[in-house]
Amino acid sequence: MLAYIARRLIMSALILLGVSFITFALLYLLPADPVRQIAGRSATPETVANIRAQLGLDQSFIVQYARYLGNLLQGDLGRSYLQKTEVETLIASRLPASLLLMAGAIVCELVLGLTMGVVAALRRGTGTDNTLMIVSFVGVSAPQFVVGLLMLYVFAVQLRWFPIGGYGTFAHFVLPAMTLGIMGSGWYSRMMRSSMIDVLRQDFIRTARAKGLGRARIMFRHALPNAILPIIAMIGIDVGIFMGGIVVVESVFGWPGIGQLAWQAIQRVDIPIIMGVTLVSACAIVIGNLVADIASLLADPRIKIR
Amino acid sequence: MKNLLTTTALIAALALPQLAIADGHSDLDPDAQYGGNITITYKDDVATLDPAIGYDWQNWSMIKSLYDGLMDYTPGTTDLRPGLAESYEISEDGMIFTFKLREGVLFHNGREMTAEDVKYSLDRVTNPVTQSPGAGFFGSIAGYDAVSAGEVEGLSGVTVVDPYTVEITLSRPDATFLHVMGLNFASVVAKEAVDEAGADFGKTAMGTGAFRLGEWTIGQRLVFEKNADYWREGLPYLDSVTFEVGQEPIVALLRLQNGEVDVPGDGIPPAKFMEVMGDPDQAAQVIEGGQLHTGYITLNVNIPPFDNVDVRRAVNMAINKERITQVINGRAVPATQPLPPSMPGYTEDYAGYAYDVDAAKALLADAGFADGFETELFVMNTDPNPRIAQAIQQDLSQIGITASIQSLAQASVIAAGGEADQAPMIWSGGMAWIADFPDASNFYGPILGCDGAVQGGWNWSWYCNADIDAMAIEADSMTDPDMVDARLQMWSDIYMAVMEDAPWVPVFNEQRYTMKSERMGGADALYVDPVSIPVNYDYVFVTDVQ
Repeated sequence: MLAYIARRLIMSALILLGVSFITFALLYLLPADPVRQIAGRSATPETVANIRAQLGLDQSFIVQYARYLGNLLQGDLGRSYLQKTEVETLIASRLPASLLLMAGAIVCELVLGLTMGVVAALRRGTGTDNTLMIVSFVGVSAPQFVVGLLMLYVFAVQLRWFPIGGYGTFAHFVLPAMTLGIMGSGWYSRMMRSSMIDVLRQDFIRTARAKGLGRARIMFRHALPNAILPIIAMIGIDVGIFMGGIVVVESVFGWPGIGQLAWQAIQRVDIPIIMGVTLVSACAIVIGNLVADIASLLADPRIKIR
Repeated sequence: MKNLLTTTALIAALALPQLAIADGHSDLDPDAQYGGNITITYKDDVATLDPAIGYDWQNWSMIKSLYDGLMDYTPGTTDLRPGLAESYEISEDGMIFTFKLREGVLFHNGREMTAEDVKYSLDRVTNPVTQSPGAGFFGSIAGYDAVSAGEVEGLSGVTVVDPYTVEITLSRPDATFLHVMGLNFASVVAKEAVDEAGADFGKTAMGTGAFRLGEWTIGQRLVFEKNADYWREGLPYLDSVTFEVGQEPIVALLRLQNGEVDVPGDGIPPAKFMEVMGDPDQAAQVIEGGQLHTGYITLNVNIPPFDNVDVRRAVNMAINKERITQVINGRAVPATQPLPPSMPGYTEDYAGYAYDVDAAKALLADAGFADGFETELFVMNTDPNPRIAQAIQQDLSQIGITASIQSLAQASVIAAGGEADQAPMIWSGGMAWIADFPDASNFYGPILGCDGAVQGGWNWSWYCNADIDAMAIEADSMTDPDMVDARLQMWSDIYMAVMEDAPWVPVFNEQRYTMKSERMGGADALYVDPVSIPVNYDYVFVTDVQ
């Protein structure tokens, strides 16, 4: 097991290196000039040239990348071009909010999705099944912005049960987590449904029923633990999706996460922030997948490490 | 021997109905109540509060409330008035400015501001290490070139005569100099605070302004607190101003309607504009004002057939500006010339190129393009600019020009415009010029002058007319206060000459709409302040103080 983890960690380091190189190269190839953004519209050519030299942006690609990598290995993510603040500070101020939202969203997704999936599987072919699957389909297709605004409008503005966006208390947390949860639950419910149907068809379930075990016991002791295995792997992928795509929900609810930070940085070609956020996200994805894989390993003795 | 000329301030004071007394007593509002807090929201995070660097929509007015410069503007207007400088003298030849500083002005840390601080601040903003986007504005100060090249650390033209007197010598006459001294970039900062914070100075504030920085939770909120020792007696009225960032405009509007927010800083979201203005209660809370803004289409004179002046004039006549303002729900006024109507130097009664499709087609045919031609129109990809581009595209197709729309991110459009041969036409929306300071010259240099027609420049039409450039230099050398009208006339002539050559199609001047909560008080002009955009925090108050 330890050897496996060590191997995976080395692979992860290589993946992160590759991500840093590709991202850096793409940003370098962009026609948009970060120096122009910093220098502003009233700058003289001398100011522009001087800023370019100060930031080392007049060097070749390899030199720039080598310098970036060198700093990175010492733990220095650099300074934002436009804010002059250290990238670490900016990310650290926003990452906890994103992680919190992600955790909340995953909990919501699992609770909603797994319940829907199990119920649909148990009532396979009935009206309940069809309704639940349609609901999950809608959840998957609905645009984040629309769902978020609707939730905000109905529950915060009209019913006044929650604050209108913002960050700080549990009340602020509920609506954004639910928005993401509703949308993600669509995927989990469908996956859980097919997984459950598969498991319920197995011989050992028939054996358990023949032995006279109660329905609840069969469900929770035999069926669920087996059905849930693909879900664990899915959570790992989910971390990746979250790190990439919750900027819309963050915007709607005014949730101070790294998605907003990345969006602004991309608009203004603030390369240090873009690199920093990409690498941090990549880290989270890699770790998330590693944890999911280890959890699968531990949960299912049938999976062998090769 | 320097001659004591009447200061421009005195001339302005004689022209105004009230005497502009140095400490601003006269502009206190008798209805104002002291105390309270207001909440402003913005979508984007505040990048920096460093006055040498801050150049954004959000931080421009924030910096004005935290810092002061030698010159200032009467609130709600474009009229200069003394700021930290109690008075000033200009030499006969207009090259030497002697500023007499107010005594007893304190920084937020309690230390008194002196002439040394003024020199330090000007040296800092022009120092290449600071990377200030505004360094170029100080180009007329003697010694600027040496500092900009990194040869010396201080401006030779800025000297400290005594602790309350600063003498600034220019290397060339500059009629805009007093406006430059009123820019944020010329704000006075405290050296010890900069030294202590180092590169993180932008996340702190140490100025002499009406407010001090209380709290800054990055990505969430900033709180400004009243400076009880502010040198303008009786100001500010508010105890604090809270800025919440990361708020979508549409959510901010919902919160305003719910009473949680006082002013959505990014304005009314376009999608809700008609609904808000259609409701009498909400419309009453919206203040409309002009901005020093022009939206325009640039025609690249390097790329045929836009090198033909008749083609450019034909395009000018083909654009239906009324219809385009309808695309943004009528929140603009069609434009005839580069300058906006509220800018001194605007040429009244200039009809420009009237919308006339037949005349445009005829002119195009005379120029040899009876069958039209194909071209590209670059535009920034955020709403409503692509829709405006479509309207322009339709107008062009009426006279036979097929324009394909290139809808790109802002940085990419700016990059394309800065190349000599990439973008034949650019719609400036989203990047459209808003004046840095209320002077006619500000609409020329970077966007129409030869200096801007360089790689990476902002003169996207690459228009370079040496004769007009010479006129511009001459106009800005007219520093004699008696020649103010002659100077404005000259600028009017300059822009008329530009319109003859038609490198641009001026389309509209956007109006500013600021929505405020019912509890906010103060003159309307403060909410559409042309200089302290959007709101002048020093002078507004709330009417529900407990």
